[in-house]
Amino acid sequence: MKRIFVNEEWCLGCHLCEYNCAFANTVSAGKSKANEMAKALKGKKIFPKIQVEENDGIYFAVSCRHCTDPLCVKGCIAGALSVKDGVIEIDQDKCVGCYTCVLSCPYGAIMPAEDGHVAQKCELCTRNSCGSPACVAGCPNNAIVFEER
Amino acid sequence: MDYQYPEFEVVRNADRCIGCRACERQCANEVHYYDADLGKMMCDESKCVNCQRCVTLCPTRALKIVKSDNTFRENANWTMENIKEIYKQAETGGVLLSSMGNPKPLPVYWDKILINASQVTNPPIDPLREPMETRTFLGQKPTEVKRDENGKIVNNLSSQLKLEVPIMFSAMSFGSISKNAHESLARAAAELGTYYNTGEGGLHKDFYKYGPNTIVQVASGRFGVHKEYLEAGAAIEIKMGQGAKPGIGGHLPGTKTVGEVSRTRMIPEGSDAISPAPHHDIYSIEDLRQLVFSLKEATEYKKPVIVKIAAVHNVAAIASGIARSGADIIAIDGFRGGTGAAPTRIRDNVGIPIELALASVDERLRQEGIRGNVSIVVGGSIRNSADVVKAIALGADAVYIGSAACIAMGCHQCRACHAAKCNWGIATQRPDLVKRLNPDVGYKRLVNLVEAWNHEIKEMMGGMGINSIESLKGNRLMLRGVGLNEKELEILGIKHAGE
Repeated sequence: MKRIFVNEEWCLGCHLCEYNCAFANTVSAGKSKANEMAKALKGKKIFPKIQVEENDGIYFAVSCRHCTDPLCVKGCIAGALSVKDGVIEIDQDKCVGCYTCVLSCPYGAIMPAEDGHVAQKCELCTRNSCGSPACVAGCPNNAIVFEER
Repeated sequence: MDYQYPEFEVVRNADRCIGCRACERQCANEVHYYDADLGKMMCDESKCVNCQRCVTLCPTRALKIVKSDNTFRENANWTMENIKEIYKQAETGGVLLSSMGNPKPLPVYWDKILINASQVTNPPIDPLREPMETRTFLGQKPTEVKRDENGKIVNNLSSQLKLEVPIMFSAMSFGSISKNAHESLARAAAELGTYYNTGEGGLHKDFYKYGPNTIVQVASGRFGVHKEYLEAGAAIEIKMGQGAKPGIGGHLPGTKTVGEVSRTRMIPEGSDAISPAPHHDIYSIEDLRQLVFSLKEATEYKKPVIVKIAAVHNVAAIASGIARSGADIIAIDGFRGGTGAAPTRIRDNVGIPIELALASVDERLRQEGIRGNVSIVVGGSIRNSADVVKAIALGADAVYIGSAACIAMGCHQCRACHAAKCNWGIATQRPDLVKRLNPDVGYKRLVNLVEAWNHEIKEMMGGMGINSIESLKGNRLMLRGVGLNEKELEILGIKHAGE
């Protein structure tokens, strides 16, 4: 299965992946991306599912690894997290916001969603209009790749 | 008091800016910053060099850089540039430094030469349907056919460079450009079946594996030269001069001589790498011949030797000497050639156009019957495939591209290489900036560029009814001049359009 991998060697810490992620769900077909992105994100705090970790000149973006034996799914008390064709999905209607998954993810790849009542995570842009991961497409230095390993 | 006024203005579309701060994070010149009190992005345009990095990365296209229209009381003689340069020198007392090639509005002869095409009496060739050869070989060509006692032909061909495309990457040292830029060039050369050139900075140990596609340079400072280095390359280039700064040497500041650069150059960390103006052991063609043969001895006559000179007034006579020195290839660098740093006055006023230099060298070597002794490679602002075709038709065997290669890798010609803060990760050694050029991306862009040019070269050759680059070589009948005077046409050896 193809997964998102981040190569720290090429990550510039530009944070564009976070903005492309935050915008990924709101793209409207046939419109200017620049205008639509400005409309969607201007003046707002963003809640991306990929986040750049940085310290002392080292940067790398972190998003869900889609583990084969995921601790988050095991720990979910509400049955909101499930694995479908290798992709770990979250059903926010079922999520009760206990954040057991947030605590159990060793990578810090699940986080509270914007409303603060449910969790959110990367689903490889399978459930939005992008088709393939927006962070990968928008990375200016090929630091984020979507590939089979 | 600072008399300088910022050259550019940063224009931000407030409706579009989402405050992602990518511009701020990507600007090594620290132009952009976020003002927490005002809650918006601000800028100090005085630091802007117009490298377009922020503009390119802005996800909402909220930025543009424009030339400031603040105007001095200039006139045709005292231009803004002249006035500004005087202010700068009056403030600093220093020699003006510049980067990249000569920007002055001097004639570009490529743009005054037109290419022929076949009509009616001779058929053009469609490169998509018929074979078209762009492979070429550089090196001395034998003047006679030798046979053994049984009449079999004896191979008397000296070592040659085989190029699948008539385009090579010019010398740019590791130090002047980054390791990632070098890796991009090396990998692209290997994939394209051509060569890149180490410049005077030695060969990084990681790149010995690209040796079969590497030209190793020996310049006046002899940095990084040792036996394994000479043996690693496919050819050795003796650099006598550079188009951007004929007659002067080079100076890599100590701040750039760090870590791997110092190890590769074999000089102490932090020391200035100063290449003298002359080679201190070359004061004549005879001396040059000694170095040519020293290098050939050291590599057992397996590698062709290139002598690179800047295009200067007596270039034809100098080339004639080089062709008799035992060198296999002459590289001529025109006055528009790029550089990582050169004194502005030298860059803008010294040297001659490559088109005239090439035509006169080719003509002189033919007249003297020694054109076969050497191949000719020209550089110094080859900007597109038409320039390549014109250069070959004027008599070149191949061309060098440097600036065009840098542009393919992301360079936006901001001409601030000497500041060593290249936002595109090319002309810098700062690790956080170097990593901006991912060689996987850089090499692919170079391969794309050269492949695109090669397609265009084939189209143009096909149009002329020529199916091999060898048949285009020195074929000046395929060229016509426009807007050139008699003398220019005479030197170029071409007719005027309509003749």
